[in-house]
Parts: sequence; structure tokens; C-alpha cells
Amino acid sequence: MLVDKDRGALRITAADVTAQRAGLEPGLALADAQARVPTLEAWPHQPGEDDAFLTRLLEDFGRFTPMIARDAPHGLMLDVTGCAHLFGGEAGLMKQVAVRADALGLTTRLALAPTSQAARALARFGNGGRFGRAEARAAVRALSVEALELDPRDATALKRAGLKRIGDLDDRPRAPLAARFGADFPQRLARILSEADIRITPHRPPPPCVHDRRLVEPITETADIERVLGDLLAETTVWLERNGQGGRAFQAGFWRVDGQVRRVTVRTGRPTRDAAAVLRLFREKLAALPAPLDPGFGFDQLRLAVPLIAPLIERQARLQAGGAGLLDPETPDLAPLIDRLTARLGEAAVLRFRSQGSHLPERAAVLVGAEEAGEGVAWPQPAPDDPPSRPLQLFVPPQPVEAVAEAPDGHPFRFRWRRVVHDVARAEGPERIAGEWWRSRTQRTRDYYRVEDREGRRFWLFRQGQYGDAEGPRWFIHGLFP
Amino acid sequence: MRNKLASSDQLEALRALAPALAATSGHDVGGGRFATGLASLDDHLGGGLGAASLHDLYAGAGGDAPAALGFALGLAWRAAQATGERRPLIWGLDEGSRREIGRPYGPGLAELGLDPERVLLVEVRDAAALLGVGEEALASPAVGAVVLGAWGESKVFSLTASRRLAMAARTAGRTLMLVRAGADPTPGAAETRWRVRAASSAPLEAGAPGHPAVEAALIRHRGGVAPRTWIMEWDREQRSFIAPPPLSGGLVSRPADRAGHASAPGEGLRRAG
Repeated sequence: MLVDKDRGALRITAADVTAQRAGLEPGLALADAQARVPTLEAWPHQPGEDDAFLTRLLEDFGRFTPMIARDAPHGLMLDVTGCAHLFGGEAGLMKQVAVRADALGLTTRLALAPTSQAARALARFGNGGRFGRAEARAAVRALSVEALELDPRDATALKRAGLKRIGDLDDRPRAPLAARFGADFPQRLARILSEADIRITPHRPPPPCVHDRRLVEPITETADIERVLGDLLAETTVWLERNGQGGRAFQAGFWRVDGQVRRVTVRTGRPTRDAAAVLRLFREKLAALPAPLDPGFGFDQLRLAVPLIAPLIERQARLQAGGAGLLDPETPDLAPLIDRLTARLGEAAVLRFRSQGSHLPERAAVLVGAEEAGEGVAWPQPAPDDPPSRPLQLFVPPQPVEAVAEAPDGHPFRFRWRRVVHDVARAEGPERIAGEWWRSRTQRTRDYYRVEDREGRRFWLFRQGQYGDAEGPRWFIHGLFP
Repeated sequence: MRNKLASSDQLEALRALAPALAATSGHDVGGGRFATGLASLDDHLGGGLGAASLHDLYAGAGGDAPAALGFALGLAWRAAQATGERRPLIWGLDEGSRREIGRPYGPGLAELGLDPERVLLVEVRDAAALLGVGEEALASPAVGAVVLGAWGESKVFSLTASRRLAMAARTAGRTLMLVRAGADPTPGAAETRWRVRAASSAPLEAGAPGHPAVEAALIRHRGGVAPRTWIMEWDREQRSFIAPPPLSGGLVSRPADRAGHASAPGEGLRRAG
């Protein structure tokens, strides 16, 4: 039994079957309850735990259908349209749901009805069960008007008027009811009577292509897992082919016997339906998971979903497309390599350069994921015959150095960086680069110098601030030339 | 009978491997060559560096790492060009390198005449992952050449690892440049081994630093070519290594140049940090 503080007293918020048989109902004060049943056990109610548990439950029961949502306050709503045959028909499905819930130690009431609201009413206010369209209507008509979940005052008003059952309301014209109880009242009535349906909003948007494999014997071996994934990929490929699509992301779901769910997603740069390549990506990804896939006592269901699909443009079509660079259609296809490296090292590791057209060095170019869409601006063309004016390697942020320079804007003669003193042999500058004042008022103007020390190493230094400023100038090293 | 069959299969496999084995252990370096552009170097090596080979580059000191990477990128670019198609470079860099010399900067590549759009950068944590990137990249037919940059000593760079990379390069017919800084040369299966240092550039007017210059010392060649040292410049327009201008070319950096453009430290000198 769970208790929580409410209106100045500890009151029961939830009671198990035994407690309810003893007449202990939610809302009763703990002191009263203890007076009636001295042996009762009470724990503080932790709504956060409930929530987390329901979410775990949601993931686990996602094995029955991807169209699953929380049904407040403590229910789950599964849209099983088109799923039941996988579980031996509706009766078989309900049985399996019940068995699963029982195994988790839950007390449940299940209802299967043509519409979600009818099912909700029958589960919460009836005795549950499996209903066809006509049966559902009859069963709902027999329910108390509380099943409409109206405002308590409205429910009382209905009862006072002698309208105790849903059937009493159904037999009356709807217009006066709407006038008395609000415009959405007839709508509500229609929904629980299965005359109107509302779509449930699934916890995760269902992917366009889903293939499941339920396993009689739970599997634990990597080889078995890969074999099942391979089978699912083959089915997925057939689906993609038939629809002229390719997948850009593939998600494998692993349902453990104990209800834990693990999802692993691989992405590809271009839409693909190459089952062997995707399986290879999964293999890489599974081997590189920070927390390895733990089968526990085994996985009893695997699902392969394709959350991201795109029309698969054949190679021939691509030849006509323009463009340059890494994904240049005229260069051999680099995408498989990018996919493999990304699966192994993560998206942040496989990068390309993008020019952004800013004059501020650290914003002039950025490194972006190799598969990230979007083109940068053209790269600035270096002035002919001039040596490189920008370094090959850049420090972000710039590193402070101690420098000796001629005031006010001479280049450094000597600077110390990482405890090594460099004597400057050649220098060029300053190249004045103003801060982007529209981004930050505090960005100060920088004077950049290209310098070469006596050993031939070339550095990009800058001075921020002027000699004579209150703060004085500070020197930084921003990059290294080859 | 079965045994015999198996052994004849193995023999067949061995025969297939033989040419590759010969290449990694013997003197014959097949798979074509690419020229560096510097005539004296290309002549010395009999036409350039092996295109289907591993080449080890060691930065003379930590501070020479950018020079060594620049040298490697220039060579790799030329190797990729030599494959005949616009194939991209794969540039792998470990965390140590990024910490010591910063991250690769696109405009800097463009300033060397190397199109940043044709470079794929792979940032890895350690040497083991770096070698993995090398093998993976060589397995892709789309790759033009591979440059790997590593910082510091690591047991990962074993003779076995070197042989694997050399074999992968050989099989792929592509060039792999392994650039190591802060490390002493270790035995390996590379076709050539270099020690690379930054070289003083030929100054421009007003004493400005000139074009990228590098001192590359061939310290070992599997074909038995004699060690030698070259100083060269990188020519952006030709994307080629060239001999430095005669007047300034030389092993000795010339501090005398300094007087030409900068007055001696004097009154106006201030210290700041």
C-alpha cells in the first residue's frame, strides 16, 4: 500500500488487492486505515518511480506493437491493428499480454475493443475482456456513466436525473445533452460507444517499415543474433525494393526475456537497401558499443525498423547530378567507407571541412560530420605566389604565449610557448582582423603575424589589445604552418 | 586424401600470397611509383616513391610535426592524383596530435592548394584506432591515399602492425603515409623511412616568411637506396615539391636575414604575455 501527504494527512494513494478486500480505498487517511487493519504495510508514494516503471513497461510491451502509448494515469494503450495474427489471433495476443504482465507481478485488467476509448472504458470501469463491435457497444451501454470520466459534478447531476448507465444516455437525443454538459459531450459518448475513433499518439512515432522476429527459444550468442538480424534485413530489403525506397537509418530492437529493451541504430549517408552492408554496419556498431549488448537470459524478440527512408536514386541518375567534393558523383563511392567509420567511431569522428565565409579565423571554416547535409560557401582562393596566409593546424581556443615585441604594432622578436623560447627570424604582419561586433561586444580586434623561428618553424601569432590599453596587449598562438 | 587436398589448397593460397610477401620482405617494389616533383629526389629513388606502399615519416622533433604532416599531405595528394581519378584523401589524426598541434584547418589546406572538399578527416582517440582507420580506408576502392598522424611512443606500432599496413597498402595499390611525432623510429615494413624537419624558408620582400620548406632525410629504404637529405619547397600552383630558390637554399638557416627587415631590439621593445 502506498501513502502520500494530501490535505494535511497521510492518505492512501494506492492499495493492492488484499488491502482493497479489507475495504481500504485510495483517499482514506492512513490513521483510519491503521485503525481498521493494524497489520497493514505502508510505503511513501514516489510518483517518479511509477513514471519510470511505466516507461520501462512501455518499452517492453512495445514488442507487441510499435503503436503504443501511455494511457494516463496508469495504463498502456496498444493499437494492435494488423498485429494480432503474429500472436495467434486476438485471443492469443491477449493471453500473451496477460502472461507477460503476470510474470512482471502486475495486476492488470485487459480490454480489447474496436476503438481505444471503448477499450479504456471497458478496462477501467468494466471487467475487461475481448469485444467485437456489437459486443463492445452492449458492454459499454451497461457501464456506469462514470465511464465517461466527466467532471464529478456532472456525473452527480446525471445520476440525480436518473441517468445511471451509458445506455440511458445513448437512448436520449444528443442535442439537449450537449446543451447541458458541453459541446464535446456527444463526442465523448460516441467515442466510448465505438461510433467514433481517435488515433492514439504513439510513444515513438512508428517507423514506416518494421519487421519482427519472435523467438521460441531466447538467443544469447552473437552468431545467432546476427543470423536473425540478417533474416530481418532480407525481409526489410524486399519491402524497400517493392516501395522503391532505401533506408538511411536502421534500428534494431532487442527485447530481453526480463523485459529490458535495447535499441541500436546505424545510419548511412545515402539511402541503401544493401542488406549485407547494413549487417556489416550493425556488426561494427555492436562491437563498438560503449555498454555492450547484454543478452542476460536471452533475447526473445528482435525487431528491425527503418525509421528513415528516402527514395533510392539509382547510380545512373546520380551521374547526371552536379556537385563536387567528397560525394562527387564522378568520384568512386566513398559513402560505404564513411558509414563503416561512422559506425565504428561515432559521428563526431568522421568529418569534412566546410567553409563558412566568416573573416574570423575560428569561424571561417568548421569541421562537420561527413554525412551532414548542406554545402558551405566556396573556399577562398589563395593569392598566387604568396605563401600560405592561414595555418594548416589551428588551436581552438588560441593558446597564450609570452612575447617580446616592438610597440606599438611591431612583430614579436621572441616568444615563449610551452616553456620553449623561440627566436623570430622572419615575420610578416600585422594582418588586422576585427572581432565580430554583432556577435559579441567583448571580442577585440586582433593583429596577426606570420613568424618563422630560427629553426624554420612557422607560427601564426596574434596580439589582442594595444600597448597603452588599460588591459595591455596579450599575445596568443593560433596556428601552425607546415 | 582429405589431408592432401587441404595441403594443396594451402599451397595454392601460399602461391597467391607469394608476390605480396616478396614485396613486403624483398627488394622489388611493384605497384608503380609517383614522383615528388623534386628531380634530384625522384632520380635518386628511381622515379619516386612506391605508390602501393607504406611510408614512415618521423618528425625530427615535436615542433617539426606540422612540417612532417605538410610533407606527408603533399606526397599523399600527388599519390592520389597519380591514381588517375579525383579520389579523396583520408586523413586520420589521433588525440595526442590534436592536443599538441591543434586541429586541421580547412583554409590552411586550401592555401597549400589542396582542396579541403576532397579530404575526409577522421579523428580518433588512440594509435590502435588510427591503425584501424588506415586499414579500413585502404579497403575502400574510392580512397586516393591515406595520411595517418600519431603523437608519442606507443607499443601499437609494432613490426606486425607495420607489416599489416604495408600489406594493406600493397593489396589496395594505394599509398599510406604514417607520420609520427615525439617518437623514435622503430623497425617496420615501410618502403621508405624519413626524418622530416621544418626548414628555413626563402624570405620574401621585407623579410616575410616564404613558402613552406621542409628538410627531408631518407634514413632507410627497403630497396637499399642510399640515405640522403633534401631541402625542398612546396609549390601550391603545381602541387609539387620543387628545389628552393638557389640563393636561399641551404642547410643552414641564416639569422643574418633578420637584420634586413627588423631593427635590432631596442627602445620600443615591450614584453607582454
